[in-house]
Amino acid sequence: MSGMFFLISALAVGGGLAAVLLKNTVHCALALTLAFAGLALLFLQLDAQYAGFAQMLVYIGAVAILVVFAILLTRGSETPKDGVYSRNWFAGLVIAAAVFAMLGWAVLQSTSVLPHETAEPVVTVQQIGIALMGRYVLPLEIVALLLTAATIGAVIVAMHEKEGAK
Amino acid sequence: MTPLASYLLVAALLFSIGLAGALTRRNAILVLIGIELMLNAANLNLIAFWRFGPHPEALTGMMFAIFSIAVAAAEAAVGLGLVIQIHRHAKTTDLDAMNRMKG
Repeated sequence: MSGMFFLISALAVGGGLAAVLLKNTVHCALALTLAFAGLALLFLQLDAQYAGFAQMLVYIGAVAILVVFAILLTRGSETPKDGVYSRNWFAGLVIAAAVFAMLGWAVLQSTSVLPHETAEPVVTVQQIGIALMGRYVLPLEIVALLLTAATIGAVIVAMHEKEGAK
Repeated sequence: MTPLASYLLVAALLFSIGLAGALTRRNAILVLIGIELMLNAANLNLIAFWRFGPHPEALTGMMFAIFSIAVAAAEAAVGLGLVIQIHRHAKTTDLDAMNRMKG
């Protein structure tokens, strides 16, 4: 347990909290980017360089930008007059707190049986590539198909309806 | 406390924050942001178990996390496209205002 871990997890958790709590939607998206960056740094801390950089590229580079575009297209940055929280926010808060209590209890109860390998795994990008093209080639192809379908689907869903098409 | 347990606790905290965001916010985009946070917390769990579990050279947890990132990207694209279309149709992204299934 290093100070670095606490610093990075404080960044991730703080970014997540700000993304959920801030009033202005654009600020929420920027805080979300901060949380994603903290998570990518946590991945790097866990010696998962490939996943860490994939996280940076996909989340900070693509998903955060997509969220900002969606906010601008829907004029979501205007704070509504009747508050940013839904009517039954208290029930949601209670459910989230209960889930956290449950998860935290489960983790703390099972600390003695959790695996703990101290050896640093040495994984090169070459090994990951060979695994992706060998053992995991079918999931890779399915993900490729899914991404194509999702891209076409998103474009079709968000496309302007033609006048008089109804 | 073992390192794995502390990573799992951070992931649990992020998951709960995302869940709270998804359940309490009005704006549909903020609900999607909460869902993204939850997916990321799950990824952190996968990577942490890969790092501290036996046989990291089998790359199981890492592969799971990479595929999960790809699926989450597809989910974000389709979800935000749906939000934009709903905004165009209903002129709002306030989920409390969307209480009819009939357009």
